[in-house]
Amino acid sequence: MAIHHQHEVLIVGGGGAGLMAALYASRGADTAVLTKLHPVRSHTGAAQGGVGAALGSEEEDRPEWHTYDTVKGSDFLGDQDAILFMCEEAVPTVYELEHMGLPFNRTPEGKIAQRYFGGHTNNDSGKPVRRAAYAADRTGHMILQTLYQQCVKHEVAFLDEFQVMDVLVGDKGVAGVVAVELATGELHVFHSKAVIFTSGGWGRVWEITSNAHSYTGDGVAMTLRRGLPAEDMEFFQFHPTGIYKMGILITEGVRGEGGVLINNEGERFMDRYAPTIKDLASRDVVSRAMYLEMRDGRGIDGGRYLYLDVRPEIVNKYAEMDGRTRPDGSPYVVTGEEILAKLPDIIDFARTYMAVDPITQPMPVQPTAHYAMGGIPTNFYGEVIRDEQNAIIPGFYAAGEVACVSVHGANRLGTNSLLDIIVFGRECGRRAAEYANGADYLPLPSDPEDMVRKQLADLRAGDGSEKVATLRREMQEVMFDHVSVFRMEEGMSQAVEKVRELKERFLKIGVDDPGNTFNTDQLEAWELGCMLDVAQVTAVSALQRTESRGAHAREDYPKRNDQDWLKHTMAYQDESGVTLRYKPVTITKWQPIERVY
Amino acid sequence: MEVELRVRRYNPEVDQEAHYKSYSLEAEPNDQVLDLLNQVKWYQDGSLSYRRSCAHGVCGSDAVRINGVNRLACKVLVREVGQKITVEPILGMRVEKDLIVDMDPFWEHYRSVMPYFVSQEQEPERERIQSAEQRERFDDTTKCILCAACTTSCPSFWADEDYVGPAAIVQAHRFIYDSRDTAAEDRLKILAEQRGVWRCRTVFNCTVACPREIKVTQAIGEIKKAIATGDLQ
Repeated sequence: MAIHHQHEVLIVGGGGAGLMAALYASRGADTAVLTKLHPVRSHTGAAQGGVGAALGSEEEDRPEWHTYDTVKGSDFLGDQDAILFMCEEAVPTVYELEHMGLPFNRTPEGKIAQRYFGGHTNNDSGKPVRRAAYAADRTGHMILQTLYQQCVKHEVAFLDEFQVMDVLVGDKGVAGVVAVELATGELHVFHSKAVIFTSGGWGRVWEITSNAHSYTGDGVAMTLRRGLPAEDMEFFQFHPTGIYKMGILITEGVRGEGGVLINNEGERFMDRYAPTIKDLASRDVVSRAMYLEMRDGRGIDGGRYLYLDVRPEIVNKYAEMDGRTRPDGSPYVVTGEEILAKLPDIIDFARTYMAVDPITQPMPVQPTAHYAMGGIPTNFYGEVIRDEQNAIIPGFYAAGEVACVSVHGANRLGTNSLLDIIVFGRECGRRAAEYANGADYLPLPSDPEDMVRKQLADLRAGDGSEKVATLRREMQEVMFDHVSVFRMEEGMSQAVEKVRELKERFLKIGVDDPGNTFNTDQLEAWELGCMLDVAQVTAVSALQRTESRGAHAREDYPKRNDQDWLKHTMAYQDESGVTLRYKPVTITKWQPIERVY
Repeated sequence: MEVELRVRRYNPEVDQEAHYKSYSLEAEPNDQVLDLLNQVKWYQDGSLSYRRSCAHGVCGSDAVRINGVNRLACKVLVREVGQKITVEPILGMRVEKDLIVDMDPFWEHYRSVMPYFVSQEQEPERERIQSAEQRERFDDTTKCILCAACTTSCPSFWADEDYVGPAAIVQAHRFIYDSRDTAAEDRLKILAEQRGVWRCRTVFNCTVACPREIKVTQAIGEIKKAIATGDLQ
């Protein structure tokens, strides 16, 4: 028998989006946050370079420029009303973080400091603009800490290390969630008026990733299993600069500070692919350029990596060639000390994990699975959408990486993920509290924990002839080989077939640990089930889209095809597999044009 | 290369007391100790339990004792610690299972020092102005990831669990020296109590243990001085 609780608003996930939602929801309604970690362990803390907002601290900037850059970055798949909303809200929201005490770096005048980031430009000149508000190279850490601190101050209720495994949702609305308490293994039913999903992404589906072990797509898997669609799942971002073989993120801020990518011939190759903004092109563009360089034998020593070079003499050489200046108009010249001060964690990662000192040596890097543009469909109020007509599910909200608003479309710009979590996290929190004030609790189903109990029983019923780690590794490899930076029909078909096979083999896995206390063995098995669902929907959605757009680049269909494919994928999962439907993109002002940087 | 990983195991559902179990593994010099734990869990014994998430030293989940020293398992490579590696839970906390300890007392101490920004001043429309020098003053203590490596390496904490411990003091320091914050005196009052900074005997274990290289002992010293002299520079 499960333990029952009741809260008006439940938030699933304790990262930046969840904490921002909690701060707002708890002002107007009885709210609790459930997280499988402790909130400060959340993956928001790994974000490095900055949060995008047209504050204009360092030079002229406008929210409309930020909006257009994001539309263009999305390869015109982002919904333009939502993007405008986000970029306008960006300015007051970043100031709100400062008012909460967030320790941003400062300009000489004491304003919030801003740096360059990929795809962010002055729309008049086409040149890069300083739009990323930052705290060294640990902006996500500061956002996570600051929001958690404010939650402590305002006595938000947390249930740490509770793994939510099911959401009790139907067309009429949402009645709560079912969770396992990791410390005891007990089942808990949480009855609520509103539920906000802020459970993050699923980079662990791929072999090389910047993402945490806990990034296993639980949120999307749970909603798929309840018959809800997942939007634009084929669009998954590969960040250009992960530490070779390990995938650990090296922020785009390195290039913002003047670092360049170099091939085996010592050439700074990005000026061939993006003549205007070069190394600061969008992430999809840079990752593709790197793949092409490596394919053509210009990887370092012919291998699967390139160099990211931020040695002061290299930075200064290319800054001079590019005519780069400081805000006061003087030439851009840096010293090793300044690089160290701006990028302390990156220097530390390189020294710890690669035994490389970036002040005197270039860093070996390769593209790494980084960010889900797709997810649970929502409108820009954060309300979850259940069909192609944008019908909402009353009381159900989602924000952050698990959600697809869509503000990132086919490719997210750097700094827009931290922006997304604070703007839409707040929106969800506010609206969920309002909703809860005017709504009654829906009745719980007669056996609310039925589905979770069955899932857990199935995990323990396998004959043990298959191992979780083996299946996970096979999934990660096939997805990294065939559903990554470049894609082909044949490879994606193989991936679809392989994931189907893995799902069958999953029925035979064994769980070694028969206990109840912190059974992380059972948890990893359940998470693998989530990743297999997510991988299947991703591969099927990708195979169907016969064009190249943003992060979905096909060698067999190299051009964007607006005639047939300017539309969002809505993928549904059922017994027989995946069904795809489509819905239009919201275009308010900018018709699609060719995307060049 | 072959590595012998010795892990302190304890499962409250079956064990009367903790015991050590050894696993022999094939490892690369660049493998993290976390990779070794994963290898055991994934391919030898799924019941081995520990916390982990980001796997690159920023989430603070996997503070453990490695060869007797508090470290993050994901920030220590095999080449640094050799082929015989002993992993144990951090000290001074109740073990719940294997390497997982009860962190509740740690969070209680954290919450007791007002670890959040307080300002009585009117919020401006834009940002509060803070000079780069004022921002730099408290930079070091903003780096804390609350992994508990410092607090659980401190003999004063081992001797007295009521001591708030270095991690909580680091959090207080981050706000006390923030030019925008107005509650420094309240925090100094809390830290001047019996369970506060005077429990620190300047052993420096915390500074050695910190995976973020925060000068923890220095931060505690600055607060002692501020309490003694009233000087907040």
